[in-house]
Amino acid sequence: MSDLDALMKAFGEAGGDKAILENNEIAHLVASGHKLLSMKSVGGLEVDAKETLTGISVRVTVKEVVRIKNPAHLCFGVLHNKGTQRIKMDVKLEKDSSAHFIAHCIFPKAEKIRHIMDAVVEVGEGAEMRYSETHFHGLYGGIEVVPKSVVTVARNGRYFTDFTLTTGRVGKLDIDYSVEAGENAVTELTARVFGHANDAIKIKEKVVLAGENSRGLIKTRVALEDEAEAEVTGITEGNAAGARGHVDCMEIVKDNAVAKAIPIVNVTNPLAKVTHEAAIGSVDKRQMETLMAHGLTPEEAVDVIVKGILK
Amino acid sequence: MTLLELKDISYKVTGKEILSGLSLSIGTGEVHALLGTNGTGKSTLAYLVMGCEGYRPSSGEIMFAGELINSLKIHERAKLGITMAWQEPVRFEGIAVRDYLVLKDKNIDPAHYLEMVGLHSELYLHRMVDKSLSGGERKRIELASILALSPKLAILDEPDSGIDMLSTQDIVNVISAFKNNSASVLLITHREEIVLIADKASQICNGRVVCSGDPEKVAEYYKARKCLVCDGEVCAYV
Ligand SMILES: Nc1ncnc2c1ncn2[C@@H]1O[C@H](COP(=O)(O)OP(=O)(O)OP(=O)(O)O)[C@@H](O)[C@H]1O
Ligand SMILES: [Mg+2]
Repeated sequence: MSDLDALMKAFGEAGGDKAILENNEIAHLVASGHKLLSMKSVGGLEVDAKETLTGISVRVTVKEVVRIKNPAHLCFGVLHNKGTQRIKMDVKLEKDSSAHFIAHCIFPKAEKIRHIMDAVVEVGEGAEMRYSETHFHGLYGGIEVVPKSVVTVARNGRYFTDFTLTTGRVGKLDIDYSVEAGENAVTELTARVFGHANDAIKIKEKVVLAGENSRGLIKTRVALEDEAEAEVTGITEGNAAGARGHVDCMEIVKDNAVAKAIPIVNVTNPLAKVTHEAAIGSVDKRQMETLMAHGLTPEEAVDVIVKGILK
Repeated sequence: MTLLELKDISYKVTGKEILSGLSLSIGTGEVHALLGTNGTGKSTLAYLVMGCEGYRPSSGEIMFAGELINSLKIHERAKLGITMAWQEPVRFEGIAVRDYLVLKDKNIDPAHYLEMVGLHSELYLHRMVDKSLSGGERKRIELASILALSPKLAILDEPDSGIDMLSTQDIVNVISAFKNNSASVLLITHREEIVLIADKASQICNGRVVCSGDPEKVAEYYKARKCLVCDGEVCAYV
């Protein structure tokens, strides 16, 4: 089986639709380890990538005023049990353009794998970008995922990102996202992670509300069991009049898991307002009781609650 | 036939006696209304019957279908056919109304139960059972979910609170639906028109049942404020 076939097989098993590769209206990029396996641009969205010594360097540009109808698909994976994959990504959405990116990161056999993502994203004036990244990990936990992104959202721009790692072992995760929002810009960062065994999770998300009337939301949902540990840092700076930010962190812990939430709020303009809420603890008692009164066992009830929070 | 029998139940929390020697029985298919001023222990009684954590009688027996259930946990009682709709139903993140209604039985038709509580199914099936629902909407969805369980005993803690005045009939319909299913209902309410549709009513005061019987009579006794400042003397009426 070719590398592409093997990765697409894993992609299909992870719920992805393999037909996207043949579809001429859908932009895509597929990379396994350091190898670039397939890529396609569509009108107005250019994908350009090259192989580097340790991974892939990608440049994506969405042209001015072009609104890309179909989500562009990115698929990164390492199918072997060992290796490093370093992805360098530069994304630029020009003025008034819009695009949605769906990224699948697949590491089914990871025993000693590092997946490093370094992204620089520029969302132009009035442009809108959505980026959803879903990870599929195997059961061994020998993986280290280090996603870092620096995002700037210009005036009236919108940037939404979603990170999901709820299938398989997390391994070691170290997220570092930072977004600067200009005047009237809107940004929302969401992360959902389910840690098991001795998984170690670090999530640091920062929103700088630099422009007047900018809006920011950091939403984190973490469930932990066994000996897993998580530290979630949500930083919001309100530096301009009318800026509104909110940090919403919820962590559910079971067994011997340990959770920590550090909300940092920094307001330098008296007309800015930033709020935060963090709830850490075991599963909510009232929710448990309600589900048990509906006939679910305590185990089933926990499962329903955790799945809901991570959805 | 008696379905639920509470024999001489007492319940203390942090040294304070909330229920003291309360006895009550509910027959199969009977709708039994429970009246009482705020803080008299109605919800506490509901939690004791449902078996909520920390709610075990300090003395007395809870019998269900002839079985002593004092030590059973909530889900074990649910298995016997007891269920409850809380006074303030809790919210769930990430659970759609459709999925919430079929949690226990995938084969029921969730739309049917939403219509039964006066909600248009096409507007609500895809909604989340979270903070985005209004108070009244959440209560109705809880009632629908309880109906869908086809319980033997439904404990409804103020199903009418937060329901707009024009929709009392919806609550009456829900109660009738339980009855048509031969279910018994322990119905906690502050609304007289709801009390009057019950088969029987009891007033509790000072942690005991002080008056029990025909709903109209119990409602009259209650309204006559004989128990308002009950110090145990007025209630000696029993
Ligand atoms: N954990 C507790 N500690 C102290 N007092 C408590 C506790 N739980 C309940 N109580 C008291 O027990 C009494 C009964 O409460 P309960 O909620 O059962 O009242 P209720 O009859 O349902 O009132 P309402 O009509 O307002 O719903 C109240 O006075 C309440 O303050
Ligand atoms: Mg109450």
